[in-house]
Amino acid sequence: MSLPVAVVGQSAVDVVYLIAAIAFILGIRRLASATTARSGNILAAGGMLLAILFTLLRDGMGNWQLIFPALAVGALIGLFAARLVKMTAMPQMVAIFNGLGGGAAVLVAFSEYQRFAPLPSALPGDLLGASLFSALIGAVTLSGSVIAFGKLQELLPGAPTVFAKQQLFNGALFVLALAFAVVAGITEDGIWIALVIVAALVLGVLFVLPIGGADMPVVIAFLNAFSGLSAVSAGFVLSNNALIIGGTLVGASGTLLTLLMARAMNRSVANVLFGAFGQVQEGAVAVGDGGTVRETSADDVAIMLKYASQVMVVPGYGLAVAQAQHTVRELADVLEEGGVQVKYAIHPVAGRMPGHMNVLLAEANVPYPQLLDMDDANPEFPRSQVALVIGANDVTNPAARHNQASPLYGMPILDVDRAENVVVLKRSMNPGFAGVSNELYVNPKCAMLFGDAKASLEALIASAKAA
Amino acid sequence: MLIASITIFVVAAFLGFVLISRIPTLLHTPLMSGTNAISGIVLVGALLIASAADSALEQSLAFVAIVIATINVVGGFLVTDRMLEMFKRKDEKADE
Repeated sequence: MSLPVAVVGQSAVDVVYLIAAIAFILGIRRLASATTARSGNILAAGGMLLAILFTLLRDGMGNWQLIFPALAVGALIGLFAARLVKMTAMPQMVAIFNGLGGGAAVLVAFSEYQRFAPLPSALPGDLLGASLFSALIGAVTLSGSVIAFGKLQELLPGAPTVFAKQQLFNGALFVLALAFAVVAGITEDGIWIALVIVAALVLGVLFVLPIGGADMPVVIAFLNAFSGLSAVSAGFVLSNNALIIGGTLVGASGTLLTLLMARAMNRSVANVLFGAFGQVQEGAVAVGDGGTVRETSADDVAIMLKYASQVMVVPGYGLAVAQAQHTVRELADVLEEGGVQVKYAIHPVAGRMPGHMNVLLAEANVPYPQLLDMDDANPEFPRSQVALVIGANDVTNPAARHNQASPLYGMPILDVDRAENVVVLKRSMNPGFAGVSNELYVNPKCAMLFGDAKASLEALIASAKAA
Repeated sequence: MLIASITIFVVAAFLGFVLISRIPTLLHTPLMSGTNAISGIVLVGALLIASAADSALEQSLAFVAIVIATINVVGGFLVTDRMLEMFKRKDEKADE
């Protein structure tokens, strides 16, 4: 059975794949600015639609009773997932989507291998290698992403799950998976590629389990790169340029973001992936050493804010946990009515994934020109009367600049201590993820407003309106 | 065959690094979800194996491959659009 429309030859389909690849490239290029980004995403989606349509129209396609229901089911699930997901849950969604791409690549590789396996040497040697590679990398992506999803969704403990000689065991497992792949390449027997996939699935689980919740931004970016590589390797198997170019762009994006996040956390990528860090360390230095912490009240802070000409808000993930994005924007509205300039200083690791905090604040109707990245924000602090730190800790610790003994030393931070006054909204004096006390809190410029972030912000709004 | 594919991969990788490094941190989450949708291009591969699938096993595997790749593509592009729609300037917000 074929479609009741003219079928298209392979060379025409290849041209369409090239057009799709160009659409991806131009689409990503338009993501360089917030004004063009939306059209870029639509352009890339259009390229994808073309590639899919012309694949369906290709000469010799069949099995429609299988293809159309599968497309419909997938499209419906995707539609609902995209509509219903909360912006705070975006990291989980991207994590699980990475896994889906990897899973599809595994299935493609396995099926191609099976199709040729009964005929020894029917599958050319290089493509045989490519399909085994694709099965391996796709399976690691799939199971690793499922574990990352579980940790982010808090179905699994966020703390690293570690056991003795773990790295050695993972290394041995990787060698075993490679050995299975070599045997599969020689014998061309389906059982061996299945073993490659099983070994790679276990490897993906054991690889992500020891990585702590705080390091998830790096892991998601890393698995993003892997999902791209899965598509690339599936493209090698099928000699399909659309898969190769599309997948490579994703791989490049994931790799760059991985490096960027690791740098913002002051760690090497290897340390994040193999260091089993990301938990609160024992033996944190007690806060208050060599100074006293000054507590303030909502009324005092409100007056300080109202008489400022510029206020820098420094949001951390604590803000999102308290669901206080909208409340902070309401406070900004009240201040702006009184002529105060309000800007937001966003550290790269402020959210649970790269750029996450920007999305959360944009959702709360904060205009994006007020969202400053670290490089743009730091020169603004000396010009600000108040830096209002909400649920952020390590990224504001001045020890990162000068104290070589601090584990944070060298980490790029927001220079909040260069503002005239610093107000920190904080639940208690607990140290941050790195378990390091923050010397900012004993700085004479700094005052603490203790309590739940949302309740404190609401008190500030009430005081600012009354003052 | 494979060497031609690898050539394309290397050129695309260089291009990718140049393009991605120009994207501001402001948009890194939509960048991730958008590129994530692009990696769903593996759907094309899933459609090709589905068309060639004979046995019940091959057909079931192909069915699953199409479903999950389609979720990746449709969900990825739509959620990216939903996010990018929220990025507005002050004057654009006032129009609402």
